[in-house]
Amino acid sequence: MKNTRNFREILITFVIKASGYSAIFFVTLIFYFLLSQGLPTFTEVPLNSLFNIRWYPIEEYYGILPLITGSIVVTIGATLIAVPFGIGTAIFLAEIAPRWLREVLKPIIEVLAGLPSVVLGFLGIVLLSSYLRTLFNLPTGLSAFTGSLLLGAISIPTIVSVAEDALDAVPKEYRDGALALGGTRWQTIWTVILPAARSGVLTAVMLGIARSIGETMTVMMVTGNAPVLAKSLRVFLSPVRTMTATIAAEMGEVANGSTHYHVLFFIGIVLFVLSLIVNVIASSYVYRTTQRSEKLLS
Amino acid sequence: MNSSETNYQKRKITEKVGVLGLTAVTVLTVVPIFFVVGYIIVQGAPAISWEFISGFPGDGMKSGGIFPAIVGTFYLTIGTAIFSVPLGIGAAIYLSEYATDNTFTRLIRVSIINLAGIPSVVYGLFGLGLFVLFLNFGTSILAGSLTLSIMTLPIIISTAEEALRAVPQSFRVVSQSLGGTKWQTIRKVVLPQALPGIITGIILGLERAAGETAPILFTVAAFFLPRLPSSPFDATMALPYHLFVISTQVPGMPVKIQFGTALVLLVFTLSMNLIAAVIRYRARAKRQW
Amino acid sequence: MRRLPVLKRNIIRSLGICFLFAAFLFAGCRSTDADSSGGTGPAQETYLENKGSDTIVNLALAWAEKYQELHSEIRISVTGGGSGTGIASLINNTVDIANASRQIKPEEIENAQANGVEPIEIVIARDAIAVIIHPDNPINELTIEQISAIYTGEITNWRQLGGEDRPIVRLSRETNSGTHVYFLENVLRMGEKDSDLLFSMDTLLLPSSEGIIQEVAHNPNAIGYDGLGYVTDEVKVVGVATEFGGEYVLPSVATVNSGTYPIARELYMYTNGQPEGVLAEYMDWIYSDEAQTIVAELGFVPVSQP
Repeated sequence: MKNTRNFREILITFVIKASGYSAIFFVTLIFYFLLSQGLPTFTEVPLNSLFNIRWYPIEEYYGILPLITGSIVVTIGATLIAVPFGIGTAIFLAEIAPRWLREVLKPIIEVLAGLPSVVLGFLGIVLLSSYLRTLFNLPTGLSAFTGSLLLGAISIPTIVSVAEDALDAVPKEYRDGALALGGTRWQTIWTVILPAARSGVLTAVMLGIARSIGETMTVMMVTGNAPVLAKSLRVFLSPVRTMTATIAAEMGEVANGSTHYHVLFFIGIVLFVLSLIVNVIASSYVYRTTQRSEKLLS
Repeated sequence: MNSSETNYQKRKITEKVGVLGLTAVTVLTVVPIFFVVGYIIVQGAPAISWEFISGFPGDGMKSGGIFPAIVGTFYLTIGTAIFSVPLGIGAAIYLSEYATDNTFTRLIRVSIINLAGIPSVVYGLFGLGLFVLFLNFGTSILAGSLTLSIMTLPIIISTAEEALRAVPQSFRVVSQSLGGTKWQTIRKVVLPQALPGIITGIILGLERAAGETAPILFTVAAFFLPRLPSSPFDATMALPYHLFVISTQVPGMPVKIQFGTALVLLVFTLSMNLIAAVIRYRARAKRQW
Repeated sequence: MRRLPVLKRNIIRSLGICFLFAAFLFAGCRSTDADSSGGTGPAQETYLENKGSDTIVNLALAWAEKYQELHSEIRISVTGGGSGTGIASLINNTVDIANASRQIKPEEIENAQANGVEPIEIVIARDAIAVIIHPDNPINELTIEQISAIYTGEITNWRQLGGEDRPIVRLSRETNSGTHVYFLENVLRMGEKDSDLLFSMDTLLLPSSEGIIQEVAHNPNAIGYDGLGYVTDEVKVVGVATEFGGEYVLPSVATVNSGTYPIARELYMYTNGQPEGVLAEYMDWIYSDEAQTIVAELGFVPVSQP
């Protein structure tokens, strides 16, 4: 009986180890697949055409620059909106709100995180775009700005929860010390607590950015999908086409193995690498406290 | 009245303004949530009826129900769970109980971070290329579930690992000092204690899988299927895709059906949130440390 | 009692692994040939898969619903995604019928044949492409040349056409749409094969016809084009003439059939090889009176069996 128990133990340990390594396996698989389907682009599309400014795949114009700037524009816009609101709310929850209010508001903000992006895109088309068009007298409400607003809204819960964790983890002594020296709450927040929680807050912002880069459905429905190259600040109010929307819109129509197919996978590689960079930066700021696991589960 | 007094007054005013500003920001963040949810409920509730939930769409999607989409989402969620839950929990156990701090472990962690960060549409691309085309599964529940489960894996692994780590070391020590093997300790002591946290993670992960559209666009979703899927190789309708289609594809679509579908999807995700929150709350109350 | 959750977990894991294994086994056996007698299914039931043009999708859906009423043993599934999607699926041999609102291109035929697929073209209806603007827009008529100039970006303000001082917002379908390709070839390029005119870069590419209607109905700056079947009362249809001084014609069944409306096209269904068996019956039924009545009801132009 001891032998079977040993054998079972070995077998189970093996299965668990295999599960652990599976994460590496999947990432490698995805990366390999993207590379194998996307790299042929370089043999099929000359470099100066690939980094050109016109994207019109059915006539062999594979310039991906407008797509890249489209994604960047929408992400920057979303971050500009999400950061003040997200961090402001996080500060409010961690430092100013009474405990009961915090327990009430946190789940409400989680609701925003749970809203499927399709629902937000749907509301964007139905409500937001024409409202914004009349409000700002734009040619059309389907623009980078509308996309940024919605994306910012989607990113806010991520920023709030991670930043609030970070602020909460700042030891009580810091606050007490600052207040004892005669500082007001506001002063304490800005000169003591925020700097102490700096790495966590930055992580929160980076995670919010990562969310915005990767969002697909919302942008596809409300940004107009016009492959406009960003040439001036005015691009924020004009329609744009993001990399994610391009893949989603065009993937269905490509024949397996065609040049268009390879270029779309190439765009997938660009997206993969971009989000990789942002996520690695985010995790290098990661801070750990002994309380962290409890926070995540509460 | 000297300079330190005025200084104090100034700081007091800054404080009041600052706190007011933060409150305003929070209000501006929270109130629209109520508005959005409320609007969907108000516009969508008229469409909800037993026929809506249990009936098939008719008249070019403009009437009838969304039953096949609900069933499809249900099947996809189960399919995702079948693949991602065992694998995810296994990996979490490895990271929390077996792994040492060497390069391999760091590599695993980096991989998990990567997986978590990959945009959902890239998963769709990958799923299309590998499962639908290369492995020849076709547009099927199988392809969709596999794609969604790789996407859900990092969420389950991270939350499960945190839950396992939260169990105090003393539990493990006591168990092993009583003669238990490592696996016995995990299975009979650590895992049950961590189970609420793990289940919360699973629910949140599955909730995300159920609500995503991009990964299923080309791996499983269909616009109109005359019958319910009968095998994992069938394509299926799904709620998020259905909402996308009826809000962009069908002319003259009654607005209340669009909102009704959005409402069903919303209720589905919110109830999962609620269940996860309830489990979390009760687990905290019953916690033995 | 405490054993159960853990035991269940092991069972689920083993089931999962078995499932995966079985799935891999089946992968090889699965018939990917969308053979003309329908896909896999119980003996008395056959399954047809229909994919492609978003212009045709509602028509295909209505037909599928009607046909299934008459023949309950046939099951037809319908999906959109654009003509390009349908044809790509036909090339990949994953559908029985590809719906297309444009003709298959020579490269696509080549790709198909390289894959062992022989596309057969069947005309199922005719469609007018309506040029639409906001109901309050004072313009009523345009020539093909003017429409081309608008969409290539040459004309940027309604004022230049005698209308209000407003920037023109151009709306179009996505590049995977047959409607888009047809419009490019026959309106922008005015039918000239050698022309390399393109849509202006700031043309909004919306993923669906319905999206175009929504925006045009609410935005006085907008101009769009769409199949006649999608046009609703919320937008205004523009009369089109082939050249200045010519007659401005509004799209309708009559003007399409008489050939006087310049932007009219045929709608196609492509199959792999000549249809046989159940598929052939369905394709024949499409020319029947009841099927073509549905065509007319949806705003398209009926055709008869060639």
